[in-house]
Amino acid sequence: MGEPSAQTGEHAISTSGLTKRYRGGQLAVDGLDLAVPRGSVFGFLGPNGSGKTTTIRMLMGLIAPTSGAARVLGEPMPRAVRSVLPRVGALIEGPALYGFLSGRDNLLRFDAADPTAEPRTRGTRVDTALERVGLAAAAGKKARAYSLGMKQRLGLAAALLRPRELLVLDEPTNGLDPQGMREIRSLVRELAADGTTVFLSSHLLDEIEQVCTHAAVMSRGRLITQGPVEALSSAGRLVVTTPDPAEAVRVLKERGVTGLAADGDRVTGELPQDPAALPELADFNAALVAAGVRVRGFGVERASLEDAFVALTGEGFDVAG
Amino acid sequence: MSQADTLTRSVWPIRSLGLFRSELVTVLRRWRTLALLAVLAGVPVLIGIAVRIETGDGGSAGGGGGGGPAFVALITNNGLFLVFASLAATLPFFLPMAIGVVAGDAVAGEANAGTLRYLLVAPAGRTRLLVSKYASVLAFCLIGTLVVAVSALVTGALLFPLGDVTLLSGTTVPFSEGLLRALLVALVVAASLTGIAALGLFISTLTNSGIAAMATTVGLLITVQIVDTIPQLHAVQPYLFPHYWLSFADLVRDPVYWDEMRSNFQLQALYVAVFGSAAWARFTTRDILA
Ligand SMILES: Nc1ncnc2c1ncn2[C@@H]1O[C@H](COP(=O)(O)OP(=O)(O)O)[C@@H](O)[C@H]1O
Ligand SMILES: [Mg+2]
Repeated sequence: MGEPSAQTGEHAISTSGLTKRYRGGQLAVDGLDLAVPRGSVFGFLGPNGSGKTTTIRMLMGLIAPTSGAARVLGEPMPRAVRSVLPRVGALIEGPALYGFLSGRDNLLRFDAADPTAEPRTRGTRVDTALERVGLAAAAGKKARAYSLGMKQRLGLAAALLRPRELLVLDEPTNGLDPQGMREIRSLVRELAADGTTVFLSSHLLDEIEQVCTHAAVMSRGRLITQGPVEALSSAGRLVVTTPDPAEAVRVLKERGVTGLAADGDRVTGELPQDPAALPELADFNAALVAAGVRVRGFGVERASLEDAFVALTGEGFDVAG
Repeated sequence: MSQADTLTRSVWPIRSLGLFRSELVTVLRRWRTLALLAVLAGVPVLIGIAVRIETGDGGSAGGGGGGGPAFVALITNNGLFLVFASLAATLPFFLPMAIGVVAGDAVAGEANAGTLRYLLVAPAGRTRLLVSKYASVLAFCLIGTLVVAVSALVTGALLFPLGDVTLLSGTTVPFSEGLLRALLVALVVAASLTGIAALGLFISTLTNSGIAAMATTVGLLITVQIVDTIPQLHAVQPYLFPHYWLSFADLVRDPVYWDEMRSNFQLQALYVAVFGSAAWARFTTRDILA
């Protein structure tokens, strides 16, 4: 299913110069060049109002770009909506349900809307999807009576009615409690393990760090950076806790650690940037011990995506205007 | 993935029936729809009881109630006339109002709830979805009309005698033929509502508020009905969608007089063509933001 073919290309999503200016004049997305590799779990990160939902609306053919082009599963959107979207599951800006229908009837209706969905297997596919998101027990309840978390799950179930090549999830953990968030994340990992490409938007940095292999960072409608997650969060800082800070600084400096600073019993320094030249971490520790430094704590603190975001934009991770 | 493509093409018409059925069932499961149908079913009961009480007092039932033909005066002799009288009473307002509510809500209500975007990414296809919605509104026109007719027939049978039918032209036909004509009248009344159904659907594509679309459609209906009664405006009246509505009474004559009914059908077809295309043009190009 997730097999990349020459015909469809290696990107599940690619855009060039994608731009949307709303009728009010608001430039919501500005010259976006996005490349989402097939098979990746791609985090689309940005504060509220940075243009994530607008981008997703354009990718799903709900709104027309002001300029630029988008390809989903190798085909141009919105022209190929009919052949592309049956292979895509989407959760856009939260779930939307028929409150007067049961959860199960909601899914039956959304499935009936897809002309390529086999009516004979509809019932079993709906039940499987309900099972998968843990809603089987509440399937007969009116959707009006669902909690926000249950609505979110039902929305996810609608996206999982058929095996999909691509899942587009716009802030799927919004409104969920920590337990619900964990469950969604493990579901995303499970789907990704099956070979489904997952495009996941979020304003939560740690969420992206926890589940994504790749990420793109948006700010005020513009793409700041994109790539594998490890490449985005810069190389980590070495942290040593010791009652002999001066001696520790001397030893580490000899080993090529830069930017060393001692603060009480805490010594920090930057590891060499080039990963190839990076020696085994334990060697630093061995060298310290050999020099008679009493090491109480030793480790690497990864710079978070948030640090990366601040470094890239020069601003905090706040709501854009 | 041309497999999905060929599949799309070959099964499109059959699978669209599934979407149409889903549309209609969804409409019929809203309590608002059920309330409208209950009102429609109640009108013949009210008319029947009123006529019964009035004639029970020894007076004669006053004809001409509700404008149109004097069906009401004939009810006491034959309960079947309650069907004609009820359709004549509901056609100017109750029936089109119910259609206006359902058609106005069709697209705007789903946009308001956000379910429209999920139907479109399913992907329902914009033209296919709009056609399914219009088809389900038309089905509702028929259902609404039949609810009035059946309720009237049952009430008429319970409260008044049934028997051979004396037509408006004076000829008498067997009850079975009268029943057949009643069914024909119901179909003509349902067809008379296709114009406002298209108008309501078009208005529904203009906004994200189901309430606004319903109110606008019903407001337009009232305005047009008023304009249709102002003598000074007779020049525009032949172009107003309700203008020939009561022509269905010509089916209760012998021979049946078709001229006005033909004008009615032509006018409805014109409204369907104009507002159907406008709805399509709007809906297939519109940004779905809600
Ligand atoms: N329907 C709309 N009309 C006008 N402006 C909008 C509309 N929707 C969103 N915007 C604006 O576009 C920008 C991007 O919004 P959005 O794509 O929803 O961001 P995000 O999903 O990242 O929070 C915001 O400044 C927002 O105010
Ligand atoms: Mg958003």
